[in-house]
Order: sequence, then structure tokens, then C-alpha cells
Amino acid sequence: MMEAVVVPPFERFYVEHRDGVFAFLVRRLGRDRAEDAFQETFLRALRSYGSLSHASNLRAWVFTIAARVAVDDYRRRRPEPLAGEPASEDNRPAYAELEHLADGLPPKERVAVVLRYGYDLEYADIANALGSSEEAARQAASSGVRRLRRKGVQL
Amino acid sequence: MNVSEDLDRRFRERAAAEGALDVAYDFVDTPIGSLLVAKTDRGLCRIGFDPEPERDLDPLAQLFGSKVLRAPKALDEPKRELDEYFAGRRTVFEVPVDVVFDSFRLRVMDELARVPYGSVTTYGALAAKAGNPRAARAVGMFMNRNPIPIVLPCHRVVGASGSLVGYGGGLERKERLLQLEGASLTLPM
Repeated sequence: MMEAVVVPPFERFYVEHRDGVFAFLVRRLGRDRAEDAFQETFLRALRSYGSLSHASNLRAWVFTIAARVAVDDYRRRRPEPLAGEPASEDNRPAYAELEHLADGLPPKERVAVVLRYGYDLEYADIANALGSSEEAARQAASSGVRRLRRKGVQL
Repeated sequence: MNVSEDLDRRFRERAAAEGALDVAYDFVDTPIGSLLVAKTDRGLCRIGFDPEPERDLDPLAQLFGSKVLRAPKALDEPKRELDEYFAGRRTVFEVPVDVVFDSFRLRVMDELARVPYGSVTTYGALAAKAGNPRAARAVGMFMNRNPIPIVLPCHRVVGASGSLVGYGGGLERKERLLQLEGASLTLPM
């Protein structure tokens, strides 16, 4: 288990992650749209920041928010369902469902599974979010998926 | 790819404008050095000498909440008043303050706020005005821990002999502030 640490002042969190998050959004959305998505990401982070109870994995946390903002941006611009996008019964986006299903996984596996299968991120980006190697990200995702399959979740 | 200065500034402005922050802060250059100036949505909550974000931000987060962000625009009003004060064009601060004191300390700080620009009082006199003439030492401690020096003018409190005694920001600064105000160290009887 990761040691729970006190949540740092938002300034420190923001300065530490702003460049990494921005670079990620530029890769996902292109330079022009990345600027709005960047503001939206850190505003969402700010709104939930006060209710964080521990600071383990803040990097993965903010990258997950950024991934969600990027998907929202993408969906707004393309209202038609994408070919091959798994339809979900209650019309919730696939990532929302997956985030719920992955709730019980160990933190790293959860992040890896959600970013890989919910948001379709490359392992290089997942590694970046986890602050780990690409290989470790790949392993976390696959062991998370195995764990979910054992619980009967189909992926 | 790094965040541009412009994008960084826009994010900080939006964060403050949304009212999402527990504390907004910035730094101000003054004749007595750089100051950390911080406010909540209720008012000014901290002025610090020789600011070092690594040291100053944690206590703010502990007292007011973790959403502490440098947001220069949110501090425009207090910065303007401080600039005017240091230029000799302001004798009274009008910015709202957000400081909480209990019983005796509250009475002392209320009395302190009434000490006029350009004059001085003593620790003992302030203690007496607050209702406990024997509490000069406690008053000294309150002055030392003043969260918003300059605005709450603890530099106007000196020893019974007229000596400057002490100052949270160093005696040199206390002297500079009193000089700026044109205070004479002749004590009122």
C-alpha cells in the first residue's frame, strides 16, 4: 500500500503537474483545443481538491480528469457514436461504467485499466500518469483486467 | 510542451473568479522587501515578510484549506492599498480582513487597530486599554504573532522607554515603517 500523505497546497500540485497535463492534452486534442481543456482539467481538479482525503497518486488522479475532459471534448464535437464504440445500456459513456466497475481494484491497476480501456490511452501516457515505466503500466493494466474478469466483468 | 505564461495567468484568474479558492496569494515588492499577501473570500488573512512559498503555503493550507493558489489579480485591492501606503499616500487601510482572535487577544488587536498613523503606543498602554494593565508581555507575544502586520499596525507599539523592543519582521523594518509614517518616538503620557 502506498503511504497516505497530507494533500499539498493546490499551488504545489498545480505547478508540479501543469506541464505534463498540458503536453498530454496537446497530444490528444491538438494545440488549439488543449488550452481550454487544460483550464477545464485544473478547474475540475480544484473543485474536488478540498474533498481529497489523501495525496497518494495525485498525478494519476489529475491525468484521469484530463483524459475525461479530452473525451468530453471529443464527444461534444462528434455527437454520433463512434464505430466500434461499445454501446452501454443506460447510455452512459463506456468510461463512466468502467470507472465504476474498476472501483475495487488496487489504485495503480484501477488507473491503468480505466485509462487504457475507458479512455483508450497509449501505454506511454498511462506510464506518464502513473509515474512508472511503460512496462509497469502494461502489467498493471493486464493484472487489473484479469482481476475484473475473475469477477465476471467482460472486457 | 510547457504551459505558456498567458495560459497559466488565465487559469489562475479563472480559478479565483470562480470563488473556488480557500486562499489566493501573491507577492508585493515594497521598500521593506518582498511581502507575501494572502486573502480568503472574506478578506486579507496574511502578510508575511521574506516570503518562501515552500515554507509559507503549508500553514495557510492548514488554517484555511488546501485550495491555496497564487492568483495575482485577486490581490489587486490590497496590493494597491499597500503601494499607496508605502508611497505615503494612504494612512488608513480599507481592505476587509479575515482574522479570528479570542477574548483578550481580540480586545488587544481591536485597540491596536485604533492606534493612528504616525503615532506610537506602548505594550503596557495597549494592555491597559484592552482591560489588563499587567499583560504587557502577552501583548508583546500577540504583536509578534500578528498575522497581518502593517495593516494591523504592530510596528506602532514600542517599549515603555521608547525603545523599539522587537518586531516579527526585524527591527530595521519597524524603524523604516515608523520613519515612513513620520512617527516621533516621544510617547504620549
